[in-house]
This record gives sequence, C-alpha cells and structure tokens, in this order.
Amino acid sequence: MRGATHARWAACAMAVALATTACGGGGDTTGAGGAVLSSSWTDPQNPLEPANTNEVQGGKVLNMIFRGLKQYDPRTGEAEDVLAERIETTDSRNYTITVKDGWTFSNGEKVTARSFVDAWNYGASLKNNQKNAYFFGYIAGYDQVHPEQGEQSAATMSGLKVVDERTFTVALSQKFSSFPDTLGYNAFVPLPRAFFDDHAAWLSKPVGNGPYTVESYTKGSEMQLAKWGGYPGEDAARNDGVTLKVYTDNNTAYTDLMAGNLDLVDDVPAQQLKNVRGDLGDRYLNTPAGIIQTLSFPHYDKEWNKAGSVKVRQGLSRAIDRDQITRTIFQGTRTPATDWTSPVLGAEGGYKAGLCGQWCEYDAAAAKKLISEGGGLPGGQVKITYNADTGSHKLWVDAVCNSINNALDNDRACVGNPIGTFADFRSKSTTQKLSGPFRAGWQMDYPLPQNFLQPLYYTNASSNDGKWSNEEFDKLIDRANAETDVAKAVQTFQQAEEVVRDNMASIPLWYQNGSAGWSDRLSNVALNPFSVPVYNEIKVG
Amino acid sequence: MGGYVVRRLVQMVPVFIGATLLIFLMVNVMGDPVAGLCGDRQCDPATAAQLRREFGLDKPVWQQYLTYMGNLFTGDFGTAFNGQEVTELMSTAFPVTIRLTIVAIVFQVVIGISLGVVTGLRRGRPVDTGVLLLTLVVISVPTFVTGLLLQLLLGVEWGWIRPSVSPDAPFGELIVPGLVLASVSLAYVTRLTRTSIAENRTSDYVRTAVAKGLPRRRVVTRHLLRNSLIPVVTFIGADIGFLMGGAIVTERIFNIHGVGYQLYQGILRQNTQTVVGFVTVLVLVFLLCNLVVDLLYAVLDPRIRYA
Repeated sequence: MRGATHARWAACAMAVALATTACGGGGDTTGAGGAVLSSSWTDPQNPLEPANTNEVQGGKVLNMIFRGLKQYDPRTGEAEDVLAERIETTDSRNYTITVKDGWTFSNGEKVTARSFVDAWNYGASLKNNQKNAYFFGYIAGYDQVHPEQGEQSAATMSGLKVVDERTFTVALSQKFSSFPDTLGYNAFVPLPRAFFDDHAAWLSKPVGNGPYTVESYTKGSEMQLAKWGGYPGEDAARNDGVTLKVYTDNNTAYTDLMAGNLDLVDDVPAQQLKNVRGDLGDRYLNTPAGIIQTLSFPHYDKEWNKAGSVKVRQGLSRAIDRDQITRTIFQGTRTPATDWTSPVLGAEGGYKAGLCGQWCEYDAAAAKKLISEGGGLPGGQVKITYNADTGSHKLWVDAVCNSINNALDNDRACVGNPIGTFADFRSKSTTQKLSGPFRAGWQMDYPLPQNFLQPLYYTNASSNDGKWSNEEFDKLIDRANAETDVAKAVQTFQQAEEVVRDNMASIPLWYQNGSAGWSDRLSNVALNPFSVPVYNEIKVG
Repeated sequence: MGGYVVRRLVQMVPVFIGATLLIFLMVNVMGDPVAGLCGDRQCDPATAAQLRREFGLDKPVWQQYLTYMGNLFTGDFGTAFNGQEVTELMSTAFPVTIRLTIVAIVFQVVIGISLGVVTGLRRGRPVDTGVLLLTLVVISVPTFVTGLLLQLLLGVEWGWIRPSVSPDAPFGELIVPGLVLASVSLAYVTRLTRTSIAENRTSDYVRTAVAKGLPRRRVVTRHLLRNSLIPVVTFIGADIGFLMGGAIVTERIFNIHGVGYQLYQGILRQNTQTVVGFVTVLVLVFLLCNLVVDLLYAVLDPRIRYA
C-alpha cells in the first residue's frame, strides 16, 4: 500500500507544521526494529491481573507476557507442558507439580514453586476481588479464603504447599482427573514478587515470563510490547514486537487496515463480512473458536418447567433454520450446532457432531406438532431476550423469530426483547428476572468437554442462569470428573450431554468462528481456539 | 458588572446540583453494573457483594449521591471499574476533546462567518443561492454519513489522511474530524450571519456610517458585522458545550479517545463514576460558556449594560 505510506508522511508533516507535535504512537510501527506489527485492541474491562481477566482483550495481553505450567496448542487445543516438568498423581486428587528449571521473569527473578503458590493464593483470596477466583474452587481450603458469605477465615489455601524451590503439592477437595489440563488457563500463571510488593507499579507496566515484555502502556489507548530476548521457552517471538491499539469501533480498525495503518484485525465487523474476501483475498482467516451460542430457558419459571415443556423446547429448536441464518446473516462465520460443545475439542476431546440429532434439524411440520403436543407456547408467545449494545444480536434474534413464526404459521409466536446494555442484561439473567428464553454465549476457558457442561448445566453452577437441575446429569458429571481414563471420561461427559439433549435444557444454535484480517506485511497468522491471534508466530516483512 | 457575574455564579449552584442529581439517578436506573463485569458468566456472589460494597453500590441511592458530591468537592471523582481514577481518565480525554472542539469552532468562525458575510452582502446573487443550497445539503446529511464518507475518500481511496487519529491526537490529525464535527453548526452559523447581516445592512447606523464616507471595509467589519454577531455568538457559545459532549459519533468514527469515547464506554459498562464525573464537568463547561456569551453581548453591543 504505497499510497497509504505517503499519506502517513503527509499527515505527519501536516501535524508537525501545525502543532509542532511529532507523530508519536502509531507512527512508530515502521520505525525501530522494523518487524513490529500493530494490532487492534479494545480497552480491557478489568485491571490486567491474571486472575481478574475474563475476556479476550485482556487475555490477549496475558497470553503474550505470561507462560503457565501448561499451554494449549494453537492448532489442536491440546494442553502441553510449558513450565511443568512433571504433574503427578495417583488418586486424581493429590497432585505433585515440578516446575522446570531455568525459567525467569523478564525482570530476572527466578520462577519457582512459590511464584505459583503465591499467585494462586492471591487469585483465590476474597479480599483481592479477583473475578476468576472460582477457578481455584477445586483446591482444598478454597472455602476458607473465599466463603460464599462473610469474612474469609484464612489467608492462604490449605491445599497448596511448597515442598522445595521447584516442587509444590496441590490437594483438591474432590477428584478431578482433568485438573492438569485446566492449568493452561490464564488464571494459573505464576507471578513475580514485584506484583505483590508494588502492585500499582506492576499494573501500570506488567512484568511476566512470556515471549514479550511490556514496553509502554497508555491505558485506554495503546500498549507496546517488545520481544523478550532472554525468553527461555521454545516458542520465542518471531517478530520484534506488537503494538496493540485501542479502537472504539471495529469498523474504524477495518478501515485502518484497508488504508495500511494497521497490520492485524482480529474482529472483522459483521457489516464487512460480505466484502472481506474481495478486500483481503487470502489475508483473511475464518476458523472455529471455542464459542457456542445457545438459547437458555428460565427453568425456575413454572411455565417452562411443566410436563410438556421439553416438547415445547424441542419444537422451538426444530423451528429454527440454523443453516439459512448462519449463511445469510453471518456469511458462514458461524456453523450450525449439532451438539453442546465445540468442534475445537476434536472428536477425541469430546466433540460429537450430530449428538443433537433430529432435534437440531429444521422441520416446520414436526416443530408445530411438538409444540402443540407440549401444550403450546407459554402465554402464547416467546420473547427472546438479548442485549442490544454489542454484537449483532438483534439481527439473529429477529431471524430466529422469523424462522419460528414461519414454521408455526403465527406472526406473533416469537418476538425479540432487547435490553439496552450488557450489564443490565446480565444482571436480569443472573437474578432470574426473565420469563422467556434468553441468549447465552459461552466461550470456553480451557478445551475440555467439562467446561462446556458443568458450569452451565450442573445444579447451581456458576453460569447456570436458567437454574436447570437434573440429578442424573449431576451424577454423570461427578463420575466423569473422577474418571482417570481420558477416553472413558469423555464418554461419560457425552452421556451427560445426552441428558441435556433429552431434556433440551438449552437450544444449541451455532458454533462461532474467530476471524482475522491482516496486511500484506504479515505472514503465518493463526488464531488459537480462543480466537486470539498467535502473536509469537507471526512473521513480519 | 461584578455583581452580575457573582449573581450568575450563584444561580449556577442549583442548576449544577439538579443536573448532577438527574444524571446520577438516570445511570442508577440502568441497573446493577456489577453483573456485567464477569462476562457471560455469573460473578460469584462473594466477590460481587464485595465489589458492590467497595463501590458503595450497596447503599441507598440518596446516600450514594451525597457521598459522591462530598468527594467531588475534595476533587475526588471516584474510580472507574478498570481501576483507573476518573480524574486520570479526564486528564487524558479532555485535552483531546478540547483540541477537537477548538478546530471545530475555528472552522465555524472562519468559514461560517465569512460565508455568512459574503452571502449577506450579496443577497439573491448566484453566490448566495449556491451557498444556501450547500448549507441545506450539509444540514440534511447526518454527521456519521459525512464522517464515514470523508474517512473512506480521504483516508482509504486517496490516502491524504490517516483514517484514524493516533492516541496523541495532534491538531494536524484533527482537521478532518473537526470539519466533520463542525459541518452542521457551520451551516447554521452561515445562515444566521447571512440573515443578520442582510437585515442590518439597511439600518440607520450603517447608512450613517456610509454617509460619513467611511471606507467600505470599515463599515462592514466595525459597524455591520459587530452588531450582526450577537445571534451568532449566542449560537456558538451554546455549541461549545454541545460539541464537547456530542462528539460521540465523530470520535467513534475517527477513533479519537476523547470525552465522547469515555462517555460511550462508561454508559455501556454502566460505570456511574465515569459517566457522572464527565457529565458534571460538561455541565460546568456549558454553564460557563453561557456566562461568557452573556458577557460578550456587552462587548459587542455597547447599549447592553449589566448591573
């Protein structure tokens, strides 16, 4: 993009002439180092602490500046050892973890067993307000540092013990055989002493042990990350650095990419999906991510928890033409769902295509029959609740309603019920104030079937907003968690998933893909199963 | 004059309190902000309860408001949910938006008033009709259309500017966004000036000035324009507050991290502290601008006296 380069110089010249302000920030991308790429970003919602970051934008940074015991392979999603030398257990409950030798934080401090134990204790402790604290919920002593109510009675979890410099033990409060596989999640990374000693300074310039170091961080507008020369791991950065630029509107980021001012956009706006192939050609990626969209139901509401309710939900599911909606509205960036997990798990990892069977196939006649057999729609109409501020939720909710209305030959069978902000939507759905189906999106934390089932459908689980409860399901999940044989565990999880299907606890809609577009300076761009670009592998120039 | 200013400043107090109270209530009506902090999952009850306690959300609204106002007078605007002080957000956002507003106002004054004078003096001629048509087009096209169009043409197709503004937002990069922001008001300023000039052109004092044999230039600038500016100054004064708060659309299109951006994000995340803090400052700006406008009347028209 020659023209664009000229433009940048012209703009700089103009700026200098008018205000004697140099072209700072973004202008530097082609400056020092040369192989620095710029990428779109949005302002993280919470402070950038590992156990406090629960969305992709903050996770992006943590992914670059931290490495934990395990890491998920960007392509297969499998958990592989990074800092872990050995994770041993005999009973799926007591684990002995040995940390590899030779790892340091970028400030020179050694990564030891204590770095992990301190970090986990910090993350779990109620007084630190960490929003991912529940990740440590399986560790023995969690309820003392993070009680449901009242003051915490201990500062640290009794289940964590440092044995020597490189070894620590973890005792869980219940059997959990896939516990080691969850350790790739950001909440489990080690933290340097600097994090505890001077917290404010650490927050303004985080220090970690990953392939990048934070060069400068201007909150709300930009973060410059540089390759860490002394990185001891195998996945060292193949570029000299990354500049993350905050965009308020992903359309502007896309326009900037077109004009050559930005190298990488990892969220192609819905409005541009039609043109993206023409604009970018093969510099566009659309791959499955560990995200599933479903319609949840208020099982706490008597109207949705009657004898015939299962049939009504099955009927609604069959009234939704997933194929057509994903094709026309999402331009193929969503795939019709046929189970309750995600294709990124892979067949061995627990994904089972077609598990939903006929119940996820569009059939207007069958839908009509099922709903009338089930006693009709509660109140004669379903209202699908969604938040109207982000995403293109309005588009698809309207399409789903159209599909239902057409299938049932009733113009008033389904309407959308928009709520202004995400926060308000969440507060209504988590406090059981909704009386009809509502949108539910689930982005996995780690690629295990457990993560797609337990938090969403287990009795009183953290994200079971519809308050669905089923004894058989709970028993199967407990059994699967205790199962040491991976294949058997997966099988048991799938049995539990069949219970979800037979009760149609929620209607699976589609699997969401991650998308990215990039400039011709970049090559080897890939997205990991969490739809975050694998920055360290990107080559510039 | 001094007494008048003092009286006006005292009058501002109830307006200020009323405006902040309204905003405070409105943000509160939007619901519980803590639920939105945990993404698509439920915050665990213990953490949520503690966050509510820390942000004072567990107290009744009137108490929250009183605490907030109390802190405000000690210069403490509270903390946003991402752990940043609201004053820190303001110190980065306001300079950017003030620069953008200055650019917009300069455009309004320079282009708007000159076009107004030219068309006012040549009423009914082709120049007048042409400019009138142009302003009609500008007024009727929404800002986001002008913005996106200019961004696409100048930024992508022709490559004259960067489509987005860098975080430092120097004046040079704000020219096009400023023009977009000013466009509608600019058209109004042109029309106002034109009407005013055309009206006053036939008035006695202008005839006297011409009869005295003053040069045409002096008649237009000193006598005609000065008196015709009163409605225009009123408009621009009110517009300053509007431009600063209403730049949300323009700031979004050009990715400018100013007041509009912070307000937009504050509203989406239901961040009471950010929204109320920024709006409070905007209310102050608005009140002060109005006072300055009223004082300017006296400068422009010697017949107006304040006591």
